[in-house]
Amino acid sequence: MRHLIKDKEHLFRMAALFVAGIFMFVILRAVMVPKGFGTLGHYRPGALEDNAKKTPVFAGKPACLECHTDMVEKQKGSKHAAINCEACHGAQGVHATDPEKKPIRPDPKAVCLVCHTANVAKPKGFPQIDPKTHMEGGPCNECHAPHHPEKGPEKPAVQEAKK
Amino acid sequence: MSEAKVDRRDFLSSGGRFLLLTSAAAAAYEHVLAGAPEKAPNYKTTEHWWAMTIDIDRCIGCGNCVRACKTENDVPIESSFFRTWVERYHVEGTEMERPEVDSPNGGYDGFREKYKAGEGSKDFFVPKLCNHCAHSPCVQVCPVGATFVSPDGVVMVDKAYCLGCRYCVLACPYGCRFIDPRTETVDKCSLCYHRITKGLTTACCETCPTGARKLGDLKNPNDPIHEFLKNHKVHVLKPQMATGAKVFYHALDGSVR
Repeated sequence: MRHLIKDKEHLFRMAALFVAGIFMFVILRAVMVPKGFGTLGHYRPGALEDNAKKTPVFAGKPACLECHTDMVEKQKGSKHAAINCEACHGAQGVHATDPEKKPIRPDPKAVCLVCHTANVAKPKGFPQIDPKTHMEGGPCNECHAPHHPEKGPEKPAVQEAKK
Repeated sequence: MSEAKVDRRDFLSSGGRFLLLTSAAAAAYEHVLAGAPEKAPNYKTTEHWWAMTIDIDRCIGCGNCVRACKTENDVPIESSFFRTWVERYHVEGTEMERPEVDSPNGGYDGFREKYKAGEGSKDFFVPKLCNHCAHSPCVQVCPVGATFVSPDGVVMVDKAYCLGCRYCVLACPYGCRFIDPRTETVDKCSLCYHRITKGLTTACCETCPTGARKLGDLKNPNDPIHEFLKNHKVHVLKPQMATGAKVFYHALDGSVR
């Protein structure tokens, strides 16, 4: 027993190493584990805010209707009434925050064909046309009002001028 | 020359004070650096449980959702990266087990006519996205907790914490994940978390012209999703995987994988 205590120096060294190791572990853990990790689950709660902080690119229909108040009336009773503005007009987040930045008017032919080009896989009741046979090159809005297709053209003046 | 005498006691006490102050200053500085993140004022994560309904009978394969998603979420434009995409199914007669499936550029450019009507085949579009599973395999395999189910039911990626190890890409039974080549971290549908926390719907639902896709909050008793689920026979993809998928399809064909 006595000789064990006599040669105790190596034990102290070992203990010191262990203590240093534990100290290092505690320090590193405090530095490397993100704040709040594990409070909601096995993840960093800050990630929720990270994901939520982006600015929307699409403004959403309510934002459009804040200024374009006449559109509800224009679309009323139409098959197109439920379609949100940005489905055809594209992302307008920039225009919604700064109305001075004017959006580009959608091409009256291409924008309709996105949905209404005939395809076998489309639901049977959906109105579809073959652009080769249905129209003779003219843009759709010469005959159909885009915001209310059941009505005639939105701007009859355009049609008459062409005749 | 008069030298300031610093004995051991002074040195230790002033040194100790210095250390304490620097650590306190460091903590305060960190707080300043972090800044106040933009918070949605009236949004409480525990009051929502997000899901989506997709009505196959209404999908016209226009690709609006695919384009809107790429715009909204800055998804790489190349044709192998999608957070949502549309597949076209072509099932001939009783060939339920061997449907012909294509998805040219994920449906981004729409679908060109490929099949003819009246040939005894069944053709339809199936929009796909992350199913935001309640018991998601991708979450279970992440070694660092960089992907998780949020308290409001969104399967989310912590881009700051993701290693890019690709375990989750392999684990997802629906193929909804990809590695963003710009950051070498995983990316997937976040259910437009930056929109839904501000009271907006997702970009895909916002631009869907037929209302085939609808975002719903299962914890909100007034949400129309309850009416939809009550009145329609719905199905989830791969129910045998028991993932607790929360994207409910109406009129889903048995051939869809």
